[in-house]
Amino acid sequence: MSDMSRGPAAQSAPGHDPIKAVPLRHPWRNVIGVVLVIFLAAFVYDAAVNRTAYDWPAVGKYLFDRRISEAAFITLQLTVYSMIGAIVLGIVLAVMRLSPNPIFKSIAWVYIWIFRGTPVYVQLVFWGLLSTIYPTLDIGLPFLPPIAQLPTDQALNTFWIAVIGLALNEAAYMSEIVRAGILSVDKGQEEAATALGMNWALTMRRIVIPQAMRIIIPPTGNEVISMLKTTSLVTAVPFTLDLYTRSRDISAETFNPIPLLIVASLWYLATTSVLMVGQYYLEKRFARGIDRVTVKKGAKLPQGDAPTVTGLAGAKTGQNDGPKENR
Amino acid sequence: MTSTVPMVRASGVAKSYGSHQVLTDISLEVASGEVLCIIGPSGSGKSTFLRCINHLEKVDGGRLEVDGHLVGYREKGGVLHEISAKDAASQRRDIGMVFQRFNLFPHLTVLENVIEAPRRVRKQPVAQAKERARALLDRVGLADKVDAYPGHLSGGQQQRVAIARALAMDPKLMLFDEPTSALDPELVGEVLDVMKALAADGMTMVVVTHEMGFAREVADRLVFMDQGFIVEQGDPREVLAAPKHDRLKSFLSKVL
Ligand SMILES: Nc1ncnc2c1ncn2[C@@H]1O[C@H](COP(=O)(O)OP(=O)(O)OP(=O)(O)O)[C@@H](O)[C@H]1O
Ligand SMILES: [Mg+2]
Repeated sequence: MSDMSRGPAAQSAPGHDPIKAVPLRHPWRNVIGVVLVIFLAAFVYDAAVNRTAYDWPAVGKYLFDRRISEAAFITLQLTVYSMIGAIVLGIVLAVMRLSPNPIFKSIAWVYIWIFRGTPVYVQLVFWGLLSTIYPTLDIGLPFLPPIAQLPTDQALNTFWIAVIGLALNEAAYMSEIVRAGILSVDKGQEEAATALGMNWALTMRRIVIPQAMRIIIPPTGNEVISMLKTTSLVTAVPFTLDLYTRSRDISAETFNPIPLLIVASLWYLATTSVLMVGQYYLEKRFARGIDRVTVKKGAKLPQGDAPTVTGLAGAKTGQNDGPKENR
Repeated sequence: MTSTVPMVRASGVAKSYGSHQVLTDISLEVASGEVLCIIGPSGSGKSTFLRCINHLEKVDGGRLEVDGHLVGYREKGGVLHEISAKDAASQRRDIGMVFQRFNLFPHLTVLENVIEAPRRVRKQPVAQAKERARALLDRVGLADKVDAYPGHLSGGQQQRVAIARALAMDPKLMLFDEPTSALDPELVGEVLDVMKALAADGMTMVVVTHEMGFAREVADRLVFMDQGFIVEQGDPREVLAAPKHDRLKSFLSKVL
């Protein structure tokens, strides 16, 4: 049963000289590159020397100001907590929407309709007014005296109201991303799991969602970065300790807004960069076992000329057996 | 006692999608330990019938029993009640299914593919499930591939893993839906060899196939389906050598 024959022409035979050829030149690329560098240099020189409004010394002074770095950390917390909430709720909503149960389906549909259909700023203002509308949070059955009662503004400070407001809004978007991911998984996977006696929830959790992650992660990365910036709206709650609101407040005292805008931008950029690194590793983690085209029917052994999905495996010419990677 | 109950008993099974009647009247029995092959033109309802047997599709007419139990329904005082999803899942546990396109889980290694259902559904301890999986993979000739991902295997190897995965649940019935149709010709043999060995071990099997050689050699009975009906059935050697029906004759002249 040896089926491990290698394609005869998979690799050039050893002993041949490597090709020596004059590489194709791209003269226009070089010209355009040089022109762009000149423009950039002119802009930077001008910004550094002629434009006093940038006030670079002030940028340097506030870049590592305690208040700013604390605000950046709070913004990061707002982003992380609300995204965690949004992803969990988004998965639940997506699964509900795809479930065979019509009640779950309609709940998810109505939720998405409302939270995607109204501006996040308006939603944040609403959540901020929660304690005005509902002064107490009651636990109990409808039309009966509550079992437990808690004043709303004690139960939730503005930070957590901001997190909840952002998460609830984002969950509507996340659920559509998750749904797209789930729908991208071949129907045969669910069928095979069902045929093995796995129930629907187990099939989702163990088989479908892990495969959907590959599709889910890139747009989720987008959403995280978008969320980082949306946190600048939490002033609507009103919560004022985030990076943008804090830098606005400082510049309101100093009457010098531009350097603080630059400072805030630099911090947003730095945070985004860190998040992008995280995304890179997550993508690698969920590409496990799927780094080559597997849907090809028939028995072509994976070889150097086999198409690759990520290009990561492209260099491993002619390897056709065994796992390339270990966990 | 149990040997008198057929593993599969279908009488007048019917199934339609909307107004499209896919199965009209399927009646057959598969005894325990028997191998039944189903042949027929594309669209004749072969896959649909297999999928009804393990309740991936709901039967909407007639009676279908597996090992004496009605599939998908419970009979109480002469009235049929749909069974819950949980009961349906536990019915499927005892029926293995092998698909044309393998449907291995690409994000899990070969070993993880095989132990997934025994661990999560049968709640077997990991060590025990792994030991059994290794034995099964050895049996299908893939002992050296336990840590490979399905995407790194040839089609024939993937299909053999899929067979091992189904066997890991200790099914009393195995369903094969054109298990070699997606394979390059030189890899068909290795999968059929595994299936032959399984049949020789006494596994009850229902096999939809276009491999007439396999049907002739391994099947105890051959069924020819067309447009939702069983047109002809009997001993495979006789049926293939001397087809009675015109439709079977013209089908055989195309596939042989
Ligand atoms: N989910 C479905 N919804 C609607 N029609 C369906 C569905 N599944 C199958 N059919 C139809 O039922 C008929 C029988 O399909 P089935 O897959 O059982 O045929 P088959 O005999 O297995 O054919 P093949 O040899 O091509 O696999 C076909 O006409 C098909 O279009
Ligand atoms: Mg079919």
